[in-house]
Amino acid sequence: MSKIVRFCADMLYPAIVIFGLYVIMHGHITPGGGFQGGAVVATAAALIIVAYSYEEIQGMLSKFLLQIQESAGLVMFAGVALIAIGLGTTFFYNYLANSGLLFGMSVPFGPNPGELNTGGFLPLMNIAVGIEVWGGLAIVILYLLSGIPKEGT
Amino acid sequence: MIADVIVSNLPAFLVAVPLLAAFLCPLVGRISPNIRAAWVFAAMALTAAIAYCLAYLVYTGGTVIYVFGATAADLSIPLDSGGIPIRIMFTVDPMSALMEIIAVTVGLGVIIYSLSSDERRSGLENYYTIFLLLISAVLGMVSTGDIFNFFVFLEISSLATAGLVAYRVEKGLAVEAGLKYLMVSTIAGIFFLFAIGILYGQYNALNMAIIAERIQWTPLDKIALVLIVASLAAKCGSVPMHFWTPDAYMMAPAAVTAMLVVASQASLYGLFRFVFTVYGVSLNYVTMGWVVIILGILSMVVGVTMAIPQKDIKRLMAYHAVSQTGYMLLGVGVGLAVLGDQFLLNSYGYTAMEGGIFHIMNHALYKGLLFLTAGAIIYRIGTGDLNRMGGLGHKMKFTMVFFIIGALAIAGIPPFNGFASKFLIYESVYQFNPILAVIAMVVSILTLASFVKVFHAVFMGPPREEHAQVREVPLPMLGAMAFLAILVIVSGLFPGIFVTNLIEPAVHALTDQAGYMTIVLGGG
Repeated sequence: MSKIVRFCADMLYPAIVIFGLYVIMHGHITPGGGFQGGAVVATAAALIIVAYSYEEIQGMLSKFLLQIQESAGLVMFAGVALIAIGLGTTFFYNYLANSGLLFGMSVPFGPNPGELNTGGFLPLMNIAVGIEVWGGLAIVILYLLSGIPKEGT
Repeated sequence: MIADVIVSNLPAFLVAVPLLAAFLCPLVGRISPNIRAAWVFAAMALTAAIAYCLAYLVYTGGTVIYVFGATAADLSIPLDSGGIPIRIMFTVDPMSALMEIIAVTVGLGVIIYSLSSDERRSGLENYYTIFLLLISAVLGMVSTGDIFNFFVFLEISSLATAGLVAYRVEKGLAVEAGLKYLMVSTIAGIFFLFAIGILYGQYNALNMAIIAERIQWTPLDKIALVLIVASLAAKCGSVPMHFWTPDAYMMAPAAVTAMLVVASQASLYGLFRFVFTVYGVSLNYVTMGWVVIILGILSMVVGVTMAIPQKDIKRLMAYHAVSQTGYMLLGVGVGLAVLGDQFLLNSYGYTAMEGGIFHIMNHALYKGLLFLTAGAIIYRIGTGDLNRMGGLGHKMKFTMVFFIIGALAIAGIPPFNGFASKFLIYESVYQFNPILAVIAMVVSILTLASFVKVFHAVFMGPPREEHAQVREVPLPMLGAMAFLAILVIVSGLFPGIFVTNLIEPAVHALTDQAGYMTIVLGGG
């Protein structure tokens, strides 16, 4: 693509990633969540693959890292749920809610702008799903677009 | 202390262990292929051990419930919920436990076989990830007591199956089969979701027990039942929605095909679970019973008549799988048709259902065995075309013996297990309606004829020149086939032990709708 497109893609890339991370992080208090945020981040990968070419971005997006990310997200999801069994409750018991620890604040009563530090392990689950979808969707896009020939050839 | 924690959380581990093993599989596979093989085998063996322990608990101590996200595993109704179970719940009754035993037993044999037969293929880390996902989806489907959770596991199994069917690309033919399967199962899944929406909209609940308690048999419930039966019958490959089975079973690797038999039986389990436990006697059981019987008869006849002219060994066996599914539908359908009449149920209804449910177990064993032998033949000669086989009995003696065992079992010849379950179906269905029993016997004879043809085409005759290099398959593949063959023989020689200890409690759990509700909702 032309230099203008590449420059715009470069400019947009961090903005898209940050917006996606925001959606992941605020999944438990605003619309969206891990899957939606992860999909937004993965579109950033799609943007630079389109703006550059498959060969050029190989150094930027490593399939191996994305694969690790995919597995790590899923393992984190199951692992966070498994910890509950270790605490003497059942699989997926929300042991962080109202505990005063990380994300452990009680939800304030009445109209409020939304407190990030609530939700127990739901934000952790959102983060895990976000990591997984980011990695998984980026790999899918990478494989789908790997067939596009380099410009001028 | 730790043992108590493990025992009380067995239903969660049943799904969590294969799931976690599947997610870690791509990373473990990076170290070395041998470690990956050990990892996959260990995960499957652990899952099997968990399922056997859980089944033992269920058969000795009654139905086990497991509530996800509660402070205690048996706290089905939270104190502040107003008396309804709001959490996702696993309800493992003897019927579920039986399906789990079948799934992990076949799964264990299949994994051993697959580790040897597929070891030289590429992309194995993804293959085993999807394989373990399929196993965990099947176990989830048969354990869950929540209709939306059932849908989630149904979708996992659809996607995993489509991926596995398309795994060997085979110039796009396998991809086409996978796509066909994905189309059918997605449409079925959407219908199923629509039915869930109808039930949820009316009864404000997703738990099977609470819906069973509240169900009214309104016109909307009838629509929901039609959608559920149609979608699950499509997923289990019953005629007239069977057209995905020949393609998918033929193009998938043999180990996957054997697992697909179990996966489609999990859909069959879902069909029975919905009809008996969620709807129960509130539905018009005579009509519904006849619908299931007609689906069964159609599957039996169409399946076997389509199987006879086939020229590909796995495609032929796939049509036989459709035909055998008909026996299960027939047996359980007869039980359903007399569900409200305790006298008829005692005189032949329970026997018919025992036959149908026993046939699920037997079918998984001998059909798994047959697909594995077909896979062994294809592994050595590289084609499934019956016209290009012949004389293999000289080179592959053990495979031939296993094939004979499987073929005689599927044709219902004593002393193999197919005879045991088919005999239960014949004698009970004869009392219900003699014509149905006659059809079932004719189908059985046609099955025998078809397998005599296959046996002759594959193993008999002089050795052919192009097969000069053919040898017996590696030891793990033979071991996996021997494992299933021994189970076929044991359950054929001593069917009484299996029927009394495994099948009867399952059948009574399936028909005992009030008992199911009492265990979940309490207050019995």
